[in-house]
Amino acid sequence: MKLEKEEVKRLAELARFELSEEEAAEFSHQLSEVLAYTGQVREAPVEGEKPAIHLLSLTNVLRDDEVKPSLPREEALANAPHREEGFFRVPKILEES
Amino acid sequence: MNYETVIGLEVHVELKTEAKVFCGCAARFGAEPNTHVCPGCLGMPGVLPVLNKKAVEFCIKAGLALQCRIAPFSMFDRKQYFYPDLPQAYQISQGDLPLCTGGGLKIVTPGGEEKIIRLNRIHLEEEAGRTYHSGAGATGYSLLDFNRSGLPLIEIVTEPDLRSPAEAKIFLEKLQEILRYIEVSDCKMEEGSFRCDANISVRPAGSQEFGRRMEIKNLNSFKAIQSALTYEANRLGSLLAAGTPPEQEESRGWDETRGMTFFMRPKEKATDYRYFPDPDLPPLVIAEEWVEEIRAGLPELPEEKKARYMEEYGLSAQDADLLGSSRETAEFFEATLRLYSGEVKTVANWVMGEFARLLNLEKLTPIQSKLEPEALAAMLQMIDAGEISGKIAKTVFEEMFYSGKPPREIVAEKGLAQISDESQLVVLVREILAQHPGPVADYRAGKTKALGFLVGQVMKETKGQANPGLVNKLLREELEKLP
Ligand SMILES: [Zn+2]
Repeated sequence: MKLEKEEVKRLAELARFELSEEEAAEFSHQLSEVLAYTGQVREAPVEGEKPAIHLLSLTNVLRDDEVKPSLPREEALANAPHREEGFFRVPKILEES
Repeated sequence: MNYETVIGLEVHVELKTEAKVFCGCAARFGAEPNTHVCPGCLGMPGVLPVLNKKAVEFCIKAGLALQCRIAPFSMFDRKQYFYPDLPQAYQISQGDLPLCTGGGLKIVTPGGEEKIIRLNRIHLEEEAGRTYHSGAGATGYSLLDFNRSGLPLIEIVTEPDLRSPAEAKIFLEKLQEILRYIEVSDCKMEEGSFRCDANISVRPAGSQEFGRRMEIKNLNSFKAIQSALTYEANRLGSLLAAGTPPEQEESRGWDETRGMTFFMRPKEKATDYRYFPDPDLPPLVIAEEWVEEIRAGLPELPEEKKARYMEEYGLSAQDADLLGSSRETAEFFEATLRLYSGEVKTVANWVMGEFARLLNLEKLTPIQSKLEPEALAAMLQMIDAGEISGKIAKTVFEEMFYSGKPPREIVAEKGLAQISDESQLVVLVREILAQHPGPVADYRAGKTKALGFLVGQVMKETKGQANPGLVNKLLREELEKLP
């Protein structure tokens, strides 16, 4: 299984990584090997098996609609590199959210 | 050439649970920034989301009210995208196994035609935080408040069945009405708890293929929806007419001040979000019994209510619509009916008339007002018993509305009781006849209209408190007695 350099670049763009041409080529190679390795699972005999939709065999783990105490604001903001009047402060985002 | 506009909507609705959807923080609007946050809704490493049962039930409730099929098996996925108000860099949403699929909502088009707008799906997801922009140019920055992060949100996706901005508006109003009725959301557009993105395309009339569609993001008022869609339909129509149809699908914004849509970015393809099952959230198995339990808790829906008002009470379609479209109004109306033995129409007229007028004036809902159904019913009985006149009742009603006092107390306090004492009224009637020889002569000469004038004089003299029927009778009797 081969992951082309163009696909690697697209993935990097989606993940907001900056890759040089050399890195893209290198990752293309490395990721293709990883895919080939994990791809072996496709050869497993699955005839008659039900598809596993989820990793967990649990279902319906639910919480009642009850309010629990939140963090004190000081703690919530404790690790923020920048803050302003109770807000997290981050570099400008161009689009309106 | 004639063009046809095709519109589909994605409506986001915040559910009014007590707590957020995956953590225990309070789901409140308008709190101080970052005071309803915890490691969960701040996306800190190592936390485990646990789904709020009420949020699931509200989503299913909405699905049932909108005739959807409720999935027997449903699951949550991670939708990856980068936004600073999305602290985990993904949103927990639902991909190919949403809670509700199909369904539809009937609207009446501006042309008076009934039409079903089909739904594609309703799924449950988490809300993002809020971004505020500050400063300008290179010195600008953004401020983040995560109180909203993790509020339960449902996304209702329609099929492209709407054919005009006006239809879109009607659909949204109807949807809002139903969601409020079943009490899953306040649907306040101004607070962002009901908002929509619209997909719009234009094609030559009669064509079976869709034109290239544009997505208009974040339409936050009915006015914005109608104006933005109208603008975009015209823009796309002109492009088609000029032989230069749009080359790509775009996400566009709406600039309220300039009154135009603007290019934001090429539309992301669904696969770009790289959905995959959230390994932290076990799937949901929704048993038939659970669905039936939720169904049993549904109130009578607006459509059913209106049909019943027409059939059971003999109200016109217009009256049924006015009384039935808000749940609070309908409940007030019905509560009054249960307490009052007179005509249904009388109650309907007061609720649609004076009550609606004062509510509008004071911008209140029936529950917020001080008026109770008991008070209205009591007042109507007093009119029927001749204790107050219909005219005086308006004064009494207004006083009840503002003070919440029972009508009898108001009547006693203000001395508004109807004068039905014959001996008292006959004296006054004789005085009036003596004061107005002209109209008296007219009446005696066969101009019966003059009687109305004389009744008016008596009413004026008693500030509207005389019993009009009695005044009428006494006047006739006294006129007969004249030599
Ligand atoms: Zn939280």
